Amino acid sequence: MQAKALATSRAISSARVRPDRRRIATAVLFLLPAFVIYSLLVLFPVVQAAYYGFYKWNGLGPATDNVGWDNFNRVLHDSNFQTALRHNVLILVLSLLVQLPLALSLALIVGRQMRGRAVFRTIFFLPYVLSEVVAGVVWRFLYQPDSGLNQLIGNVYADWRPRSWLGDTNLVMYSLFVVITWKYIGFHIILYMAGLQNIPRELEEAAALDGAGPLRVIRDVTIPLLGPTVRLSAFLSVLGSLQFFDVIWVMTTGGPVGASETMATYMYRFGFQRFQLGYGAAVSLVIFLLCLAFALPYQRLVMRRDYEYSGTA
Amino acid sequence: MRATRRQVLLGTTAVAAAAAMPKIEFARAADQTTIEWWHISQNDPGLTAFQDAANAYMADHPDVKINVTVLANEDFKAKLATVMQGGSGVPDMFQSWGGGVLYQYADAGLVRDITADLAKDDWGTTFNPAALGLYANNGKNYGVPWDMGIVGMWYNKSLFTKAGIDAPPTTWDELLDDVKKLQAAKITPIAVGEGDKWPGHFWWVYQAIRMGGKSAFDAAYTRKGKFTDQPFIDAGKNLKALIDLKPFQDGFLAATYNEADTYMANGNAAMELMGQWLPGNQKALAENKTGLGDDLGFFPFPGVDGGAGQPTDVLGGCDGFAFSAKAPDAALDFARYITARKVQTDMAGNGVAVLPTVNGADSAIDDPNLKAVAEALKSATYLQLYYDQFLPPAVGGVVNDATQQLFAGTASPEEIAQTIEDSAAQELAS
Repeated sequence: MQAKALATSRAISSARVRPDRRRIATAVLFLLPAFVIYSLLVLFPVVQAAYYGFYKWNGLGPATDNVGWDNFNRVLHDSNFQTALRHNVLILVLSLLVQLPLALSLALIVGRQMRGRAVFRTIFFLPYVLSEVVAGVVWRFLYQPDSGLNQLIGNVYADWRPRSWLGDTNLVMYSLFVVITWKYIGFHIILYMAGLQNIPRELEEAAALDGAGPLRVIRDVTIPLLGPTVRLSAFLSVLGSLQFFDVIWVMTTGGPVGASETMATYMYRFGFQRFQLGYGAAVSLVIFLLCLAFALPYQRLVMRRDYEYSGTA
Repeated sequence: MRATRRQVLLGTTAVAAAAAMPKIEFARAADQTTIEWWHISQNDPGLTAFQDAANAYMADHPDVKINVTVLANEDFKAKLATVMQGGSGVPDMFQSWGGGVLYQYADAGLVRDITADLAKDDWGTTFNPAALGLYANNGKNYGVPWDMGIVGMWYNKSLFTKAGIDAPPTTWDELLDDVKKLQAAKITPIAVGEGDKWPGHFWWVYQAIRMGGKSAFDAAYTRKGKFTDQPFIDAGKNLKALIDLKPFQDGFLAATYNEADTYMANGNAAMELMGQWLPGNQKALAENKTGLGDDLGFFPFPGVDGGAGQPTDVLGGCDGFAFSAKAPDAALDFARYITARKVQTDMAGNGVAVLPTVNGADSAIDDPNLKAVAEALKSATYLQLYYDQFLPPAVGGVVNDATQQLFAGTASPEEIAQTIEDSAAQELAS
């Protein structure tokens, strides 16, 4: 009886392992449209950008002036680009240190049984739904030196000296970060809320029964179980920080004097606006490689265990 | 057969999809030509005047349809660059300032050579030759100007009186003194939209014109000289003396051109260095919808002691139209209509085409400020087109960025001259 069961199970498992040509063909067929679109719209342009990066080209007509590694040399040695990279890193660090804990806290407060949960969820998520341009324009009004926020604060606190939120080179990056947080925190809150739903209440109740206070429960039970969500949230946050463009461009175009420049605004200004598309392509390739250099190791090392556990019975 | 729920759903979706699809215009039996026109007069009087001109033309020519797209200055530059680089969607007729930017498009064959069209019926001779020349290169014409003017100092007369200034300054030192007087009277001396960068570059270029004159710029441009020659460094030093007085409005480094105009139009700043289009723009932007009215005055950029240039040298330019290489003849015909003397005279009268480029159309101008502008233009010993349009976009962009650094105090006059020179050396080497 045991031998028969063993033989059956071995037959079943080997049947699953042996490749079925028809199944592979079906899989390929279903993947083909997506793969075609992905290649045309993502892979091919990346290769094109790499190609154009070796040319000095103003974007009008065909590219004819091959300058070898000149563009890439220029990017890596340009102090403006290095400043832009520093700003990206600043956004990255601030996002991880401020945005994610804030999102997590709000999700913990609002995510569980709480009256009016749906209302709060909508309020937090609303900024994310707005287009970046609209958000940028609205906050530009708020940041005007003689009205908006300055006026509001001035009404409450009489000695308030109006600040130039977007014109002061020391403040501008932080003013922009406030807008970025306001805009994207809703997304992370929803992500954490979904993660919280997956944590069985029994585990938290068991910990509470064993004498752990609410904060201890959160620290030692909830947050570790939220691990996969936190890792995903951090991943998206870092990638987003490295590629940031829209809000910054609408509000300050990377100014004043490059105080809010990011790699993407740098690419747009030096590439498109100055009609130096070969150089812009080189910059875009550098940004791509940077993102890849982060994404690949992170997925392999940090997120691997999240993938391993998914899909098993 | 009763339709199943699924069939009803599919059917409704199909109908909805068909209704939502854009109407496909089948080729009409009568040839209708469509002209895509992009212009940047987003405020009145230009906005209405241009639309009226298009409507009038369409009424006279039922087989022509003109699609007007109005864009803000910076947005227009960005959008045009994108379609030019993409190669499709280039508008048939569009705003152009001439100079190196236009010539770059011409070199790539993206704009129409209109030399032959200008020769027809002597259309070309109706224009002021200096203005027309800004749109020509190597003997070929690529555009027509519809207004021309100069950049000068616009000021608020009552704020000047309040600060105890009897007459506008005629020298740079007098200007610096006046700034101090305005600051003593707690008035913001100057509004500048340095967030857009090009308003600030006017200041530096004027200083360069005063210090070096035509010869210095010509030498640097043709690479016989450099942008690090002494006049350009002195220009930066003189400007820095003004910037160090902190004469600008709060947040000027992030302010757009329109924000600066609005600030002055509402009576908050005493001066703005801007082109001849300022009165019309301020009128549209002011809270009271009339701007400063009689309070608005104009004086030419002051002379600078020790400069090789003359106080009658001016910085200025034109607004004009250029045409895509594939533009239909109807577009040229429409341009001919807009630049006809009668239309130009009307537009000059209501403040759109200031100053008109068509000979004889300035008879309708009675505004004393515009008369002053016209005077300065007529007696100009040297007219320099704004650097960020005259030079190819790569160098123009650098000039804008570098001068902004001077305003922000993050670079010295020598450093910005070097930055500009580096870019010029790379781009202008012929």
